[in-house]
Amino acid sequence: MTALVIAEHDNASIKAATLNTVTAALACGGDVHVLVAGEGAAAAAAAAAQITGVAKVLHADGASLKDGLAENLAAQVLAIASSYSHILFPATASGKNVAPRVAAKLDVAQISDITKVVAADSFERPIYAGNAIATVQSADAVKVITVRGTGFDAAAASGGSAAVDSVAAVQDAGKSSFVGREVTKSDRPELTAAKIIVSGGRALGSAEKFNEVITPLADKLGAAIGASRAAVDAGYAPNDLQVGQTGKIVAPQLYIACGISGAIQHLAGMKDSKVIVAINKDPEAPIFSVADYGLEADLFTAVPELVNAL
Amino acid sequence: MKVLVPVKRVVDYNVKVRVKSDGTGVDIANVKMSMNPFDEIAVEEAVRLKEKGVVTEVIAVSCGVAQCQETLRTAMAIGADRAILVETTEELQPLAVAKLLKALVDKEQPGLVILGKQAIDDDANQTGQMLAALADLPQATFASKVEVAGDKVNVTREVDGGLETLQLSTPAVITTDLRLNEPRYVTLPNIMKAKKKQLDTVKPEDLGVDVAPRLKTLKVVEPAKRGAGIKVPDVATLVAKLKNEAKVI
Repeated sequence: MTALVIAEHDNASIKAATLNTVTAALACGGDVHVLVAGEGAAAAAAAAAQITGVAKVLHADGASLKDGLAENLAAQVLAIASSYSHILFPATASGKNVAPRVAAKLDVAQISDITKVVAADSFERPIYAGNAIATVQSADAVKVITVRGTGFDAAAASGGSAAVDSVAAVQDAGKSSFVGREVTKSDRPELTAAKIIVSGGRALGSAEKFNEVITPLADKLGAAIGASRAAVDAGYAPNDLQVGQTGKIVAPQLYIACGISGAIQHLAGMKDSKVIVAINKDPEAPIFSVADYGLEADLFTAVPELVNAL
Repeated sequence: MKVLVPVKRVVDYNVKVRVKSDGTGVDIANVKMSMNPFDEIAVEEAVRLKEKGVVTEVIAVSCGVAQCQETLRTAMAIGADRAILVETTEELQPLAVAKLLKALVDKEQPGLVILGKQAIDDDANQTGQMLAALADLPQATFASKVEVAGDKVNVTREVDGGLETLQLSTPAVITTDLRLNEPRYVTLPNIMKAKKKQLDTVKPEDLGVDVAPRLKTLKVVEPAKRGAGIKVPDVATLVAKLKNEAKVI
């Protein structure tokens, strides 16, 4: 029984979500191999070989894998899939994009967003925005899984010394092509990997106010910035900052929710944070029911005051 | 060009579901049901493409119990031209739905399939990608912008850290993200008109698809409760608590 983890990487280094996925793979009970598929990704493959617990790294390098197109990446996974009992992807934008293609081609069910490995064939996963936790059992020969990073500790990024084997890269499927990318430039920590997150809600009132109030606090704490779906919907913040059921699932050491009422969909994305602070002027806001520290105050005065007090 | 828009009937967005006391699932008896919000965005996008003149027909599809007809009527009230219900009382998992949709894609030959990125009940985020794989079509998931240009479609996608744009050859599968559009309110005249539109019903057997579930749900439980903490009177107390008690700053 061997599990294959599909690494998330930028060709030079391994993204943190991969480390949590390795831990989930180890919990399935067998050896763990990691696939690094990209173009010019030797450095990422070398980094994957250092991860504690990884027995082997498979490195596929080619132009077809440069931009992570789902059609090509899925084909690459399928090319080596037959040796594995479990195929695990991080539940990131890329993992969610590719994993179901692999599962469908193998004619097996996919188990999405697992938060616990109960047994080699049974897994816990949240449903209904985390309002219920289902334990599901798969009868399929191969388990295709996406792993929710916050459910598993990160494997140590160093200490391992796995062999790196080259595998042939697949041909381009020729049905889609990459046009361009607009990456949000930011010196901030990545939302899903941040130790502290400052998040803003609809109460901010405008994109200008969102930036004016939330940014200084995030800067002071070296924090990532998050937003509720309501704030994203209203155009105050870009969608990739959305925390919640349909956005990012986060579990930082400290989560500061400013002007967020605490809709079920938002709580689904952040309630596993270690310490939650809520600043809201509505004493009845549901966010207070999960907050360790609630401050009932107008955020436009309380947040700047907090910045000065830190 | 035809567009196929699969829609799912789910527990309404605003309902907080309760786990059944016997741990077999969640209680959805007498709960308000609605169209999955991401699917509503998909219907809206397809209808807008028709209004722009790039699409000739919008076909809504739903797989599930007889009551999914209501969901299909809503899709037709938004502007879909006709609807197909694949009726079954079996539990349908994403792979089974993808196979049913594949059979309908073979039959209807749409230029685009537009569907929601995930359903808010099982939160699986699989069906569109699975359909694309089974039908051997290119895919663009989590779309925030769709532009049809001849036999190609340019799709801007919401990815971690920003946006990315892909060009797909049609036919293709697109799944919608939140910011693609804001669905219109359905008006009473359109609801009345939708009642007269064509709604065909087929069975999974008619399409030659085995929909037997592959995953068995062993149990469903409530998540661990997080206890409420304390209210602090002012910012100074908050900072002191965070420094000395929680030790997180």
